Amino acid sequence: MKLDSKIPSGAMSEKWTRHRNQSRLVSPGNKHKYKIIVVGTGLAGASAAATLAELGYRVECFCFQDSARRAHSIAAQGGINAAKNYENDGDSVWRLFYDTIKGGDFRSREANVYRLAEISTAIIDQCVAQGIPFAREYGGYLANRSFGGAQVSRAFYARGQTGQQLLLGAYQALCRQVQSGQVHLYTRTEMLDLVVVSGEAKGIVVRDLVNGKVTCCVADAVVLATGGYSNVFFLSTNAKGCNVTATYRAYKRGALFANPCFTQIHPTCIPVSGEHQSKLTLMSESLRNDGRIWVPKAKGDQRPPKHIPEDERDYYLERKYPSYGNLAPRDISSRSAKEVCDEGRGVGKTGQGVYLDLRDAIAELGKDVIRDRYGNLFEMYERITSENPYDVPMRIYPAPHYTMGGLWVDYNLMSTIPGLFVIGEANFSEHGANRLGASALMQGLADGYFVLPYVISDYLAQRKPSTVREDAPECRKAQEEVIQQTKKLLSIRGSRTADDFHRELGGLMWNECGMSRSEEGLKKALKRIPQIREEFWGNVNVLGGHEELNEALEKAGRVADFLEFAELMCYDALERRESCGAHFRVEYQTPDGETRRDDQRYKHVSAWEFTGVGEKPAHHKEPLEFEFVDLVERSYR
Amino acid sequence: MNFTLKVWRQKNRNIKGKLETYGAEEISSDISFLEMLDQVNENLAARGIEPIAFDHDCREGICGSCSLTLNGIPHGPERGTTVCQLHMRHFKDGETITIEPWRAKPFPVVKDLVVDRNAFDRIIQAGGYISVSTGGAPDGNAIPIAKEKADRAMDAAQCIGCGACAAACPNASAMLFVASKVSHLALLPQGAIERERRARNMVKQMDAEGFGNCTNHFECEAACPKEISVAFIAKLNREYVRAYVK
Amino acid sequence: MLQSEFITSSIGKKIVIAVTGLFLFGFVIGHLAGNLLIFAGPDALNSYARKLRDLAPLVWSARFVLLASVVFHIWTSILLTIENRAARPIGYEVRKTIQTSIAARTMMLSGLVILAFIIYHLLHFTFRVTHPEISHLTDSLGRHDVYSMVVLSFQKVYISAVYGIAMTLLCLHLAHGASSWLQTLGWNNERTQPLFVRISAAVSLLILIGYVSIPISVLCGVVK
Repeated sequence: MKLDSKIPSGAMSEKWTRHRNQSRLVSPGNKHKYKIIVVGTGLAGASAAATLAELGYRVECFCFQDSARRAHSIAAQGGINAAKNYENDGDSVWRLFYDTIKGGDFRSREANVYRLAEISTAIIDQCVAQGIPFAREYGGYLANRSFGGAQVSRAFYARGQTGQQLLLGAYQALCRQVQSGQVHLYTRTEMLDLVVVSGEAKGIVVRDLVNGKVTCCVADAVVLATGGYSNVFFLSTNAKGCNVTATYRAYKRGALFANPCFTQIHPTCIPVSGEHQSKLTLMSESLRNDGRIWVPKAKGDQRPPKHIPEDERDYYLERKYPSYGNLAPRDISSRSAKEVCDEGRGVGKTGQGVYLDLRDAIAELGKDVIRDRYGNLFEMYERITSENPYDVPMRIYPAPHYTMGGLWVDYNLMSTIPGLFVIGEANFSEHGANRLGASALMQGLADGYFVLPYVISDYLAQRKPSTVREDAPECRKAQEEVIQQTKKLLSIRGSRTADDFHRELGGLMWNECGMSRSEEGLKKALKRIPQIREEFWGNVNVLGGHEELNEALEKAGRVADFLEFAELMCYDALERRESCGAHFRVEYQTPDGETRRDDQRYKHVSAWEFTGVGEKPAHHKEPLEFEFVDLVERSYR
Repeated sequence: MNFTLKVWRQKNRNIKGKLETYGAEEISSDISFLEMLDQVNENLAARGIEPIAFDHDCREGICGSCSLTLNGIPHGPERGTTVCQLHMRHFKDGETITIEPWRAKPFPVVKDLVVDRNAFDRIIQAGGYISVSTGGAPDGNAIPIAKEKADRAMDAAQCIGCGACAAACPNASAMLFVASKVSHLALLPQGAIERERRARNMVKQMDAEGFGNCTNHFECEAACPKEISVAFIAKLNREYVRAYVK
Repeated sequence: MLQSEFITSSIGKKIVIAVTGLFLFGFVIGHLAGNLLIFAGPDALNSYARKLRDLAPLVWSARFVLLASVVFHIWTSILLTIENRAARPIGYEVRKTIQTSIAARTMMLSGLVILAFIIYHLLHFTFRVTHPEISHLTDSLGRHDVYSMVVLSFQKVYISAVYGIAMTLLCLHLAHGASSWLQTLGWNNERTQPLFVRISAAVSLLILIGYVSIPISVLCGVVK
C-alpha cells in the first residue's frame, strides 16, 4: 500500500494557508444535509463536534462516560503551549515547531508540526474568548511558564487544572450546540465497531451502556477522537475507562495503525505502592521547574532524606544534562530514573522511586509562593501518600502516560479509510517518538477547532449526502458481530476476571515493551500474549446480562482488544531496530546510555495493516522527508 | 484492615433496591476506597455474585465521575476529597461503612451506586457558556483581566460537576453547581455580556429538573471536593436579581 | 411575565422569604424596644400604648405590612418545604450532616411554633380574649393599663413558660434567618459569612434575653 501523506507543496509557512485556500467548501445551504459522527468528547472530540455544528453540519456525538465533561483530557495539569512570545523571550512559530519536531526525535512530519505551531496562537485566543480563566499577571495580561523540555516560557495555564478548564470550555461550546439542536449527544454509549460501505466510513456500531442495546448510527463521515492506549500497561496515568477499542476496531476494518510502539512514560508520577493499586497518579511536570531530582549516591541508602547530607546526594539530571538539568525531556528523565533505580539507588519501600525535592525552592521563594504555584499538587500528593511535601521530598517514578502512536492519518487527518478522520491522541499525530510537555492539549484543540473543520469540508464537498441507512447489510453485519462477541464474553463463565487478565497483560507489557525494550523481551512477549489471550477466551468470568448496565462486560470487551493490540505494539517495537525518543531499544544506545537513532533505516512512519487475529500484521512505511530542518542528534546535555 | 460494607444494590431504575452486607477483608490501608471496592468486586465475582456497579474514571479527583455517599456523607469523611482519592487509612479497622448512591430526584439510580447526572449537563446546555463560535476571537491579551478577578473566576470554575453538592444538601439543591458556573463566567468581561440571560436560563433549568431550594445549610460547601465557597451562591442570588431588575 | 417567572423561581421564592423575614425581624426589634419600657414603670408603658393608639393610621399600615409579610413568609416557606421534600423522594439510610446548624434544620418547626405563638399572643394581649379578667384594666389616667395586664399575666408561671419557650424558638429561628438574608440577597462573601453568622447569633441571643427578661423580672418580683 502506498501511503500518501498529501502534504501540500510550497514553502513551509505557506502550506497550510494555501491548502485552506484551495480546499473545497460546502455551501451554507447544503451543510445541514451532511451528518458527521464524532466519537469521544475530550479536547479534540468536543472542540471538533462544537465547531462542526457551528458551521452547520449535523453532528452525532458519542462518549462512554456519563457526561461529555468527564473525558480524560480533564486530568491534564500543567499547561498548553502556544508560540505567542508574550514573554519576549525569543519564542516564535518556528521555534515551537522546531522544539516539537526535535523533541519528537525527528519521527514526525514537518508540515504537520509546523501547522500545529502556527495554529497554537489561535487556540489561546479562542480559549480566552470562551472564558477560560488562565493565570494572569497583576497587569491583567496572560501569564506564562516554562514547561518540561522548553527553554522559553510558552505554557499557558490555569493553576494545576489547565486540561480541566480547556475541556470545560470545549464542553460548554458543545453544550451550546446541543441546546441549539445541532448536536445530538449520546452519553454512556460506546463505539464497538466501524461500518465501512464501499470502502468509505459511513457509520459506527454502538452499545448503549445503560440498556445494552446495540445499534448502528450512519453518517457522511466518522471522526474518532477516542484518545490513547496507555492502559495497555494496566497501570497508567490514564483514566480507568480509557481504551483502544474504537481505534483498534477501526484498524481491524482496514485503517492502518501507525507507530504503536511510541508510548510516553511520564517521569513524575507517584510510585506504585502495592499490588491492589488500580492506577497511577501524575504529578504535574511543572514541579520540575522548581524541584530538584535526586537519589542517594550510595546503593541501598535507607536513611530518611533529611539525614542524607548534600554531598551524598546525586542530582543526576543536573549532573548529566547541565544545560537542561531537571527540565530534560520526558523520555530522558524517565529513563534516567529507571537507570538509577536499576542500580539499586531507588528510594521508598519498593526502591522504585526518586526524590523530587522542593526544599531549595521553598527556602529561596518562601512557602507561600510555592503554595501558590503547586498547592493543589502538594495536597493531592499528601492525600495519596500521607506525606507532607513541604517537609519531606516527594517520591516520584515514571508511569505510562501518553501514546504518540495511533491510527495513521494524512495531512487532512484522514485515515486510510476514506471518510474516517482521526484527531487528538487517537491519531499518530505530530509528536513523533516523544511528546513535549503541554503539547497534547495544543494538538487536541488544534485538530478539533482549526484543522478538522477545513479538511472535512473538503472531503464532504466532493460527495453527495450519504444514502446509507441503518439497515444496510454492512450495518447489520457489524451489529451482529458485536452482539455475538458480547454474548460470547458472557457465556464463558470462567474463573478469572477481565481485570485480572488485564493486570497480567499490563505487567508483561511494562516489563517487555515499556521504558526499555529488547529483542529478546519483545519476542518473549509476542509468545506470551497469544497465550494470555487464549486463556482469556476460555476462562474469563463476566457475570450479569448484556441488556443492562454491566461494567464487567464493558471492561472485558476492552481487555479483549488490548490483548490483540498488545501484539501489534510488540511487532512495531521489534521491527524498529533503533532507539528514538520514548522508544528505547537496549541494543541501540550510545556508550553513555543515550538513544541511538538510525536515520538511514528508520526515518519513516511504520504503519500496520490488520491481517487477522494472531497473524503478523502487514508492514507499510511512510518515509519522512525533512526539507527544512537538519536531523541533529538530540542532545540536552 | 477489615470492614463490613452495607452497599445499596439496585438492579435498574425501575426495580426497588436495598442494602446488602458484604465483608471486605485484608484491605491495605494504603489503597483508595475505590480500590477497596475493586477488591470486593473481585471476591464477589469469584463467588458468582454480580460486582457492585459504581461510576469512576480518572481516579485522581478531577473527572467528577465517582459518586458514593459513605455513612451519609457524599465522598466520605475527608474534606475536599473525592471518594477516589480517599484512602482506607482514614477508616477504623472493623468499621461498618454504609455506601449509598447520590440521592436526589433529578439523579435517578441507574444501577447500584450509579446515578444519572445528565440534569447537570442540561443545566449547562441552558446557558453555561459564552456564545462564541470558533474563529475570529481577538488576541488573548486584548482584554486585560485583573489577576484577582481571574483568580476568583478560577475558584468558581474548579467545579468538577460530581453532584456532591446536591447529594449533600438536605434539600437536594443544585445551587452550588449552578452558582459556580454563573459566577465563573459573570466575573470575566467576556462572560459578563450575557450574564443576565445566562443566570435566568440556568436557574430556570435547575428548577425544571426538580432540584430543591437552597436554605443556607451550606452542606454543599462542606461536601464539595473542590471546596467551592457558598459565597458564590450569594453571587448567583445577586446575579439572578440583577437579571430581572436590569 | 418576567416578574412572575422571578417570583416563582427557587431564588425568587427565597428572596420573598428573606425580604418578608427582614420586615418581621425589624418588627421583633421594635416590639422589643416598646416592651422594655416596662422597666421604666407603668406610666411609660401605658403612655406608649396610648401614643400607639393615637397613631392609628400609621400603626394600621404597619400592621398591614406585617400581616402581608407573615402571610407571604409562611406561604412561600411551605411551598419551598414541599418542593424540597419532593427533591429527595428516596432518602439516605444513614443520615448525617457536616456543618449545618440545629437552627437551620429546625426552621420549619420553629416557624410553625412561632406562628402558633403569635396567634396566642394576639388573642392574649391584643384581642384580650384568653384572660379577660386582667385585660381590661385602666390606670389612674384612664388609659388602658397595659402594665398591669402584663405583670398579672406573667405572674402566672405557665404563661411565662409559654412565652419563654416561644422566645427561645424565635431566637433559634432568627439566628439562622438573620444570617441567611444577606446570603439570599447576595450581599455575602467569604469574609462576611462567618462574621454574619456570629453577629446574627449574638443579636438573636440579645433579643431572647430582652424578651424573657420581662417574664423573669415579673416572676422574680423585680417588676410588679
